[in-house]
Amino acid sequence: MRSAGEIARDVREGASSAGRELEIALSAIRARNDELNVFLYVDEAGARLAAQRVDEAVARGERTGPLAGVPVALKDNLCQRGIPTTCSSRILEGWRPPYNATVIDRLVAAGAVPVGKTNLDEFAMGSSTETSAFGPTRNPLDPTRVPGGSSGGSAAAVAADMTPLALGSDTGGSIRQPAALCGIVGVKPTYGLVSRYGLIAFASSLDQIGPLSRSVADAALLLEVIAGHDPRDSTSLPEPAPSLRDHLDDGVVGRRIGVVRELIDGADPEVVASVDRAAEVLRAAGAELVPLSIPELRLGLSAYYLIAPAEASSNLARFDGVRYGLRVDADDVAAMNEATRTAGFGAEVKRRIMLGTYALSAGYYDAYYGQALKVRTQMIEAFRRAYREVDLLLGATTPTVAFPFGSKTANPMSMYLSDVFTIPTNLAGEAAISVPFGVGEGGLPVGVQLLGPGRSEARLLAAGRVLELAEGRP
Amino acid sequence: MTLPDGWEMVVGLEVHTELKTRTKMFCGCRNEFGAPPNTHVCPVCLGLPGSLPVLNERAVELAMAIGLALHCTIAPSTFHRKNYFYPDMPKDFQISQYDRPINANGYLDLIDHSRVGIERAHLEEDTGKSTHLGGSGRLHGADRSLVDYNRSGVPLVEIVSAPDIRSSAQARAYASELRAILIATGASDGRMEEGSMRVDANVSVRRAGQPYGTRCEIKNLNSLRSLQRAIDYEAERQVALVESGEVVRQETRHWDEARGVTATMRVKEEADDYRYFREPDLVDLAPDASWVQRVRSGLGPLPAERRAALLARVGEVSEAQRDAVATVIDAGRDEVVRGAIDRGVDPALALARAANELESEGPAVSVDAFAETLLMEQRGELSATQSKAVLAALAQEGGDPHAIAAQRGFERLSSNSLGATLDEVIDQHPDEWRRYRDGDDKLAQFFVGLVMKATRGQADGKAVIAELAARRG
Repeated sequence: MRSAGEIARDVREGASSAGRELEIALSAIRARNDELNVFLYVDEAGARLAAQRVDEAVARGERTGPLAGVPVALKDNLCQRGIPTTCSSRILEGWRPPYNATVIDRLVAAGAVPVGKTNLDEFAMGSSTETSAFGPTRNPLDPTRVPGGSSGGSAAAVAADMTPLALGSDTGGSIRQPAALCGIVGVKPTYGLVSRYGLIAFASSLDQIGPLSRSVADAALLLEVIAGHDPRDSTSLPEPAPSLRDHLDDGVVGRRIGVVRELIDGADPEVVASVDRAAEVLRAAGAELVPLSIPELRLGLSAYYLIAPAEASSNLARFDGVRYGLRVDADDVAAMNEATRTAGFGAEVKRRIMLGTYALSAGYYDAYYGQALKVRTQMIEAFRRAYREVDLLLGATTPTVAFPFGSKTANPMSMYLSDVFTIPTNLAGEAAISVPFGVGEGGLPVGVQLLGPGRSEARLLAAGRVLELAEGRP
Repeated sequence: MTLPDGWEMVVGLEVHTELKTRTKMFCGCRNEFGAPPNTHVCPVCLGLPGSLPVLNERAVELAMAIGLALHCTIAPSTFHRKNYFYPDMPKDFQISQYDRPINANGYLDLIDHSRVGIERAHLEEDTGKSTHLGGSGRLHGADRSLVDYNRSGVPLVEIVSAPDIRSSAQARAYASELRAILIATGASDGRMEEGSMRVDANVSVRRAGQPYGTRCEIKNLNSLRSLQRAIDYEAERQVALVESGEVVRQETRHWDEARGVTATMRVKEEADDYRYFREPDLVDLAPDASWVQRVRSGLGPLPAERRAALLARVGEVSEAQRDAVATVIDAGRDEVVRGAIDRGVDPALALARAANELESEGPAVSVDAFAETLLMEQRGELSATQSKAVLAALAQEGGDPHAIAAQRGFERLSSNSLGATLDEVIDQHPDEWRRYRDGDDKLAQFFVGLVMKATRGQADGKAVIAELAARRG
């Protein structure tokens, strides 16, 4: 498979065409989508039109963007004008947004061809795609196992070579965890680096859109396109998009990298071994490795499962049957709201709405939500202290490799633990990357995670590239 | 109205005012009253999934202007979400301010020299507007409900007074003074009937010196008059309840204007739980000192100061003139009144004409044009009716009062037609004419009066005398 960068170059230079690249993607989707349930909707007509526009621009000799003719899969919580957008929930059935998410406008402006919407855990609440109302996605590397989640569809699309690039969203690990389980690269950018306008919110203070790709270079390419200030998102950072590809080969010479005990403890032995080996590779490449303990990270999971549901309980209130999506009629408005939400939301979404409503309620706020905010502040300070000592942190992305369907659905807590290593980055609003490195149980890929302070994406990508090269990937 | 001896009412008012911004609080949709339903809407004010709010800077400025006019402290503030389900609120939460409002701890001095504390004046967004068809016209029992989201996301400032008000008249004076301030700062048009200023009253009663009683909140107060009536009714109701050994329930009550009573809307068993938390889609608002200073220096003199300046010129005013003063202040016409008085116009005339004759969406009438018109009226060159017509024209299109009067044939008569009128008058009064011709100058005024009468005041007295002198030879 050629990289996204190579595809764009071929399209720009006439060695290929957007139309041809699209047909390659569509035939790969046709070949395995029934089996894997990756795409909930494939927009063939819209994609053909977009590809045709790129090809016409190339024919006219116009400048085309860095993603000219590259097919991209979109997580189905990103609004695309006129295209069904479901968040894998019955409650949004039939809704077609009248507007584009900012990232989609930027993709199209860069010449990319959006091909369709990928499956996710309902409203991005889950780590396996098993909470999707439209059935789980299967891991392309082992269809008896989950692809991870919530961006499982987007990760599977890339891992199954359906599209070279996909967009996901990461609230507590939803890009990095499926990237790890599917053996690809996933980046959770600094909070505010990528506009959230048009991303259907799960937990607004934690959500961030980011790239999934086969290589670090492709992740850098996609992130450069979607990053940068957006006046429609008040939490968007004021700076323009950072230059990432220029720093891909910066290496790690002289970098101090902390190996964090709390981001390894409890992981499978093969996962631990992969992290150890990654540390060795980075040391060999010139980095200074420092063992670190950041005990506050252990509190992340508890704080997250109060903050994220609290925000979600408010964000998901609007799905009330009044204006769009599902409506189950009843005698009065309140009964209609209740009947609609009862029928429209799945069990995990209901669980989190109840949890969040409770955490914000009078009399409980201080003990739960208020306390979680304090922990969040402590976590931010703990990271800040760590980054006074080191430039980056290293750990595992997830405790295990891809797990079999149903193995964690009975006990929500065991599922929540899939994100124990990824959550702290979201709470702190910082950046992290998961890079496939080594294999674990059943020969399935392991992801190692590099974490950095806000706006450290260039450094993270360069370090990830060192690991990728050591694994013999170009 | 007075309560029975030993009783006192305690009233606090919550005033919601829509801000007169060009666009809504969090999106670029027009903020305009009266447009066809759902024509000023977009993904943001419809609360569509994925949409995000972006704060309107002008709304912040107007909120600060209100705060400064109410002597509030402007502090760094935070937006919160107030969570509850209602069909005309598209996100099922309202973006508001909670524990860190933009304005706090101010006061408002009333015309009777009493002072009412202002606890806070915070920013929030308005909801859409529901229309319920069938049933009682209320949500419950309606056959169908329609929602117009044009108002959704319109910026509001909620001004919460301290419970410092002790009579319905004082409540009215407070609302009236506040309205004048909202208008003077340009923050709102203060139209209660259109809902751009909405007043809720919290009313309780107590025996003098006792702690506060249980309060009821009264809604649907669409005029200053209903505000005053509703508070009186409610305070009397509560006193009667307590005196007959019953207790006041904490509840929200609806003012029924036609029947002149308040009635239970909903009972508050416990405080509503809105599950407030910081709005994560917005950043904190921390206006810097220079921004606050810019808003402060943009504030003109406030109504109380302008009223004092006006009254200093007008002198003692009657009850009827008090309304004229209020109108003139609200409409910002006090400057032309003062200017006209300084140019020699009778104060009562200037006040009356400014209050009643300058209503318009057109250009503001200049002091010179206003004063000149009234001076013409005073000199008898224009009748009252003609003067009003000239003022109306000035308010519509502007221009020069003399030219307008001439164009409409109001200007004093030409010498030809004046001569003809004079000749007629002389013919009808030969004895007087003879005496005048023989040197009795006093009779000149007699002829001027007759000519004035015949021309209904359009003649110029001096011109008449000149014509008379010419005829005497």
